[in-house]
Amino acid sequence: MAFDADLVGRKYAPQTYEVGREKVREFADAIGDPNPAYRDVFAAQALGHRDLVAPPTFAVVVTRGPQIAVISDPELGLDFSRVVHGDQKFVFVRPIVAGDILNTTASISTARSMAGNDILTIRSDIEDSSGDLVASVFATLVARGEA
Amino acid sequence: MIWSLQSSRHLWLVGKRDSDVTVMVLSAEDVEVGSELTPQTFTVKRLDLVKYAGASGDFNVIHWNERAATEVGLPDVIAHGMFTMAEAARVVTDWCGDPGAIVEYSTRFTKPVPVPNDDAGATLEVSGSVIEVLDDKRVKVELIATCDGNKVLGMARAVVQLG
Repeated sequence: MAFDADLVGRKYAPQTYEVGREKVREFADAIGDPNPAYRDVFAAQALGHRDLVAPPTFAVVVTRGPQIAVISDPELGLDFSRVVHGDQKFVFVRPIVAGDILNTTASISTARSMAGNDILTIRSDIEDSSGDLVASVFATLVARGEA
Repeated sequence: MIWSLQSSRHLWLVGKRDSDVTVMVLSAEDVEVGSELTPQTFTVKRLDLVKYAGASGDFNVIHWNERAATEVGLPDVIAHGMFTMAEAARVVTDWCGDPGAIVEYSTRFTKPVPVPNDDAGATLEVSGSVIEVLDDKRVKVELIATCDGNKVLGMARAVVQLG
């Protein structure tokens, strides 16, 4: 099915995510990265960070809930069994660090149909508890057309 | 524990209860267009995907269930695209010394990384080079990630804030 053009710009309710030290360590373990800035508060502070730094792609943990809210929107009619991850982009104002309380607002950045595929780009703006932008994350999902 | 990186000029030493942590951050003066990042090889096994699924919350069955993966036409269980992207980022963060120095990072997922159910797993090779020197001590890096000779990431680029 083709997307409705008026879906573009649709915003979803913000979701809160609290970044815990142990979650940062668990994620670093899962990607097999021994970098001490992900594990050792002293090492992170030596680099000028307030607390443990989250690996750059940790932002997907933060944006996961908000993205699910978008793809579950019945008006999109997305068949999740046909969805593949097309591309991903992170733009950081500052790194995510442990202790951050983040509010993420997802919106539909693009929704188009091309060569029988439905292509959806979800933008997630991550703000800290002061309302300052931390990062914008763009995920493009492609729902393959039924051949 | 000593954490050090090559071709770095800035160094902090921080006392820790049982050891010292050495952190070095790459300076913009050490970098020009064409500078190469140290290539790395990553082994990806089924266990890595299970761990990544748990840590990321992405439990899509194609990343751990062979039956489900082959039913949708995939050759085997495939790695999460975001896992591959995370591994590739290590080439950048190990090079620049501060994971917080990544200002932008983007990629397309061009080919899947099939992960066989054996002891060898898949082998991911990642290299990178500086393709542009930007203002404010920032550089743009291009990453090349291959598995079995196939390019698995397309247009993989990072903007890095150097010291």
